[in-house]
Amino acid sequence: MAFSTTKSAFWRGARDSAPFVLVAGPFGMLFGVLAAEAGLKVVEAMTFSLTVFAGSAQFTALQLMQENAPTIIVLISALAVNLRVAMYSASLTPYLGAAPLWKRAVAAYFMVDQSYALSIVKFETEPDLSIDERLAYFFGTNAIIAPLWYSATLAGALMGSKVPQGLALDFVLPITFLALIAPMLRTPAHVVAALVAIVTALLAAGLPYNLGLIVAGLAGMIAGARVEVELRRRGAWT
Amino acid sequence: MTGTTGSIDTGTLWTVIVGMAVFSFALRFVFIGLMGDRPMPEWLMRHLRYTAVAIIPALVAPLVAWPPATGGELDLPRLTSALVTIGIGLLTRNVLLAIISGAGTLYILLWLVA
Repeated sequence: MAFSTTKSAFWRGARDSAPFVLVAGPFGMLFGVLAAEAGLKVVEAMTFSLTVFAGSAQFTALQLMQENAPTIIVLISALAVNLRVAMYSASLTPYLGAAPLWKRAVAAYFMVDQSYALSIVKFETEPDLSIDERLAYFFGTNAIIAPLWYSATLAGALMGSKVPQGLALDFVLPITFLALIAPMLRTPAHVVAALVAIVTALLAAGLPYNLGLIVAGLAGMIAGARVEVELRRRGAWT
Repeated sequence: MTGTTGSIDTGTLWTVIVGMAVFSFALRFVFIGLMGDRPMPEWLMRHLRYTAVAIIPALVAPLVAWPPATGGELDLPRLTSALVTIGIGLLTRNVLLAIISGAGTLYILLWLVA
């Protein structure tokens, strides 16, 4: 009984993740291509995707390494881009915290945008799910996406230098990042955070060691949090 | 250590890969693995909420204003395509459509300029 319901929860997770195939496939391939263009060997690009498993952080690190930023700045910036997974982890803890430690460790590795977004909606709308069903659903959301991300990286890394010149690949990263960010600008606080970060980044571009990025990121975060507090005080926060 | 574009040093690359692998996992594990069911401090959650919408635009803004591919000159096709991407993304909330619109705008304008 328990076996069949956890099994079906797993497949429901896999089915619900289908639309994300259209994001993970091209995104993984793009990382492979840009990594190859930046001079990474296939094994290096693959190790990157397999061990880090965080698209936007990988793109950030790749970009900054090409700008010859100091290693510590590359690491801090890439992790800052990925800080949201800490928030995902915190947010899913009430639902998955009762699982054995090793299962939570495996779940942690698979904590990405789509597994979080699908799971939190599922867990909130179906509070009666057992811990095993929740875990099965969570892992199901990655059953297609994770293998696809790895194989798309491989395909891109193999194609790499065969991609024709003049495709303006330098601008694929800005376009992709802007496309990812725009739908996240849901509240005035998010908009202010982004605007403050942009203005600060342009003003602070002259700082050494790419520190302008860190300063701008912090300024944006603080601005967003302040606006949220102010809106809550006025009762205007939804 | 200047802003010039160059090839990536192998030692730096592997340091970054290993460092990111360890710390990315730590970020994902810290709460679900160590916090158990204790609630998170509200001020921390409030700042974490805005990390992505702050740091990603901060990374992109200089690349739009001063594209390395044009030697740092403001470039009309790239600027327009960035604005189209944001506009379509805001209007449709569709990531893929925004990417396609932005890339299409860029290629059409680059072709017209050339």
